[in-house]
Amino acid sequence: MGSTSGHPNGGLGRRDLIKRSAALGLVTLPAMGFLSACASGDGGAGGSKVEKGKVTKANPLGVNETAPLEVVIFDGGFGQQYAIDAEKKYNAAFPKAPKVTHKATQKIQSELQPRFNGGTPPDLIDNSGAEQMDMGVLVGKKQLADLTPLLDAPSIDDPAKKVRDTLRPGIVEMGQFDGAPVWILYYAYTVYGVWYSRTALDRLDAQYPETWDEMLALCEKAKKQGIAGWTYAGKHPYYLPFSLYPFIAKIGGREVLESIDNLEPNAWKHPAVKAAFEAYYELQRKGYILKGTPGLDHIQSQTAWTKGRALFIPNGSWVENEAASTMPKDFDLAVSAPSGLDASDKMPFGTLWASGGEPFIVPAKAKNVEGGMEQLRIMLSEESSKNFTRQVKSLTAFDGGTDGIELTPGLRSGVAALEKAGENVVNPRLQDWYVKLQKEQIGVAGLGEMMAGRLTPAEAISRIQGFADRAAQDSSVKKYKHQ
Amino acid sequence: MQHGKYRFIVGFLAAPLALYTLFVVWPFVQSIYYSFTDWTGLSPEFSMVGLDNYARLMDDDVFWKSLQHSLLFALLLPVVTIGLALFFAFMINVGGRPRRGAAVSGVRGSSFYKVAYFFPQVLSIAIVALLFQFAYNPESGAINSGLRAIGLGDVQPLWLGDPDLALWCVMAVLVWSTVGFFVVLFSAGMASIPRDFYEAALLDGASRVTTFFRITLPLLRDTIQSGWVYMGILALGAESFAVVQIMTTGPGGPDYSTTVLVLYVYQSAFRDGAAAYATTIGVALLIVTLAFAAAVMRLGRRERLEY
Repeated sequence: MGSTSGHPNGGLGRRDLIKRSAALGLVTLPAMGFLSACASGDGGAGGSKVEKGKVTKANPLGVNETAPLEVVIFDGGFGQQYAIDAEKKYNAAFPKAPKVTHKATQKIQSELQPRFNGGTPPDLIDNSGAEQMDMGVLVGKKQLADLTPLLDAPSIDDPAKKVRDTLRPGIVEMGQFDGAPVWILYYAYTVYGVWYSRTALDRLDAQYPETWDEMLALCEKAKKQGIAGWTYAGKHPYYLPFSLYPFIAKIGGREVLESIDNLEPNAWKHPAVKAAFEAYYELQRKGYILKGTPGLDHIQSQTAWTKGRALFIPNGSWVENEAASTMPKDFDLAVSAPSGLDASDKMPFGTLWASGGEPFIVPAKAKNVEGGMEQLRIMLSEESSKNFTRQVKSLTAFDGGTDGIELTPGLRSGVAALEKAGENVVNPRLQDWYVKLQKEQIGVAGLGEMMAGRLTPAEAISRIQGFADRAAQDSSVKKYKHQ
Repeated sequence: MQHGKYRFIVGFLAAPLALYTLFVVWPFVQSIYYSFTDWTGLSPEFSMVGLDNYARLMDDDVFWKSLQHSLLFALLLPVVTIGLALFFAFMINVGGRPRRGAAVSGVRGSSFYKVAYFFPQVLSIAIVALLFQFAYNPESGAINSGLRAIGLGDVQPLWLGDPDLALWCVMAVLVWSTVGFFVVLFSAGMASIPRDFYEAALLDGASRVTTFFRITLPLLRDTIQSGWVYMGILALGAESFAVVQIMTTGPGGPDYSTTVLVLYVYQSAFRDGAAAYATTIGVALLIVTLAFAAAVMRLGRRERLEY
């Protein structure tokens, strides 16, 4: 007898074999395999650096004039043209070097994670967007170059001034994590707050409310006309902090936010947090939030808002570019600092969250570290900064640079809000220090549930405090503190 | 005459086995190895940490929640999808009233239905998820607008924004998009059942229900079993990832209501910079998938009917 049919006791028959291998094949389909694509590389091989060039007045960072430069840009709300324009300037400054290799992508992490892992990252990266690489981990694993030489280099416009002296307040500190080195340079400058249409408020014969009582009164008035007071990105409730955190700071002082950032025990139990949560919860309870908001994503909520179905939305200054296609011509976009609670607030009306956006990094293992920094120095010149502002309606880290540009309504009101805030700019760090805690735990599981009416403020606070405590105890999360 | 059998088999299978080991088994071994390290995925440096990741897994509420959801997907989705597909396929192929000339036929318009059911299959799952995301929009989406149009303006669920509904919404989309494939698969299976069986049943006066349970179902057993495993793995793996990732953006629905294991693997590896922990979750997923496949294979074992 041959062995072609499956005998009960005849060992392994052909059919059995095929059946079993088919079964094995089936069960090996699932997702684990994809991780192998980024399995640990052979670390360091091929990552040889180019030699440093001669330091001269025109070349203060000592860029190797014949070395190639590779730049990767996040192709999001700001596009990539501004970077291409700046790269042309690099080509002009170093004519002997090959043309700058430019790449734009929305998938920063999936494209660059394997290159970091293999020790061959590009020379300059705009680490932004939904697929941003975790900066805390990059710093913790010593993957980033210290940008201090760049900050101490003379600026392009005025050789008597250092680059660091041309930047907006807070930018340098934001790029630090623990002590002196500066790991990140935030190129854009974002104004967060309550965004609204001046036209819509005019129609209600109203001004932007400075206290919470006025806010509630205005929402009531709007409700009678069938307009909701507020909407927000219900599926991404971590947009709520854009107005909620400065509101907390205004009520209780900036120390409250700092103790929250430092993950201090019971930081969230501060009365100011409770007062702010209760105020927002009241919007929900009184029906001032656009119906269905918890089921909307950021684009959908912005569209409902530009259609005039809600008055206010917590957002950042990118909204002017992002919502441009649905925004009516006469919308007259404006941003305001959050309304205060009452006269006993610790900080004045105007207290605002503004901070750097679009984090640029130079990898420690990049071949041409000096080139990456030089490219940033070019981008931080007045001319490049103006070019950016003109193209994408957003400020840059370069202080000033708005003269002679025709400002759009949103940008103009952002500049005005910054002026009004003066010293009272707060800069909560949860969203760049502890991404998961801020977005998923505080945002979605805490604030999102409360604003959907499924948690009371007290429940939300104790839940969030629990998340913060867990993060504080988690030894796998690197901790940072306000200096 | 059995001697030399294994040498024969090995000789034939050596090359495919080598490829299989290199591209399928080796990554698994590697993944399991990494689950014992503190590898971040962002730098090639890591050290062994023993069972730390597994201890963390045991203590992770989100992991248990996503495991629950994944199990629900793997158990419920095949039942619903395959049940529906069997019903549709039966109606299309043999469920019609007897007509002159043909003893066994589908319901009227069955060729149209066949195309209609298969249609979602030609769309990429990403597009399907996007389309449904718009439909579920509580403010201006098709479903709530439809409810308003028929006078149910008071019933305006939040759908994906409601932790009690979100998971079901996602499952419904998966059923919608996969049922067509199984209709076609089972149609093919039914076509190979000899017509005389049905004719004989018909002569005996069997009803449609009896025909289905006494003839169609038993003879389709093998096809259903393969379909079951296939659907279960889809529900545990790629498809559930795509719909959850696209439709319930954020960390997987309000209050973790739609997080599934694959999504959690992805988020740990590519958002939290915790690749080693991600491989640990991947190992858990592997165990679940193996257990599922083994259970289905074992339950389905029985004598085979030759015809």
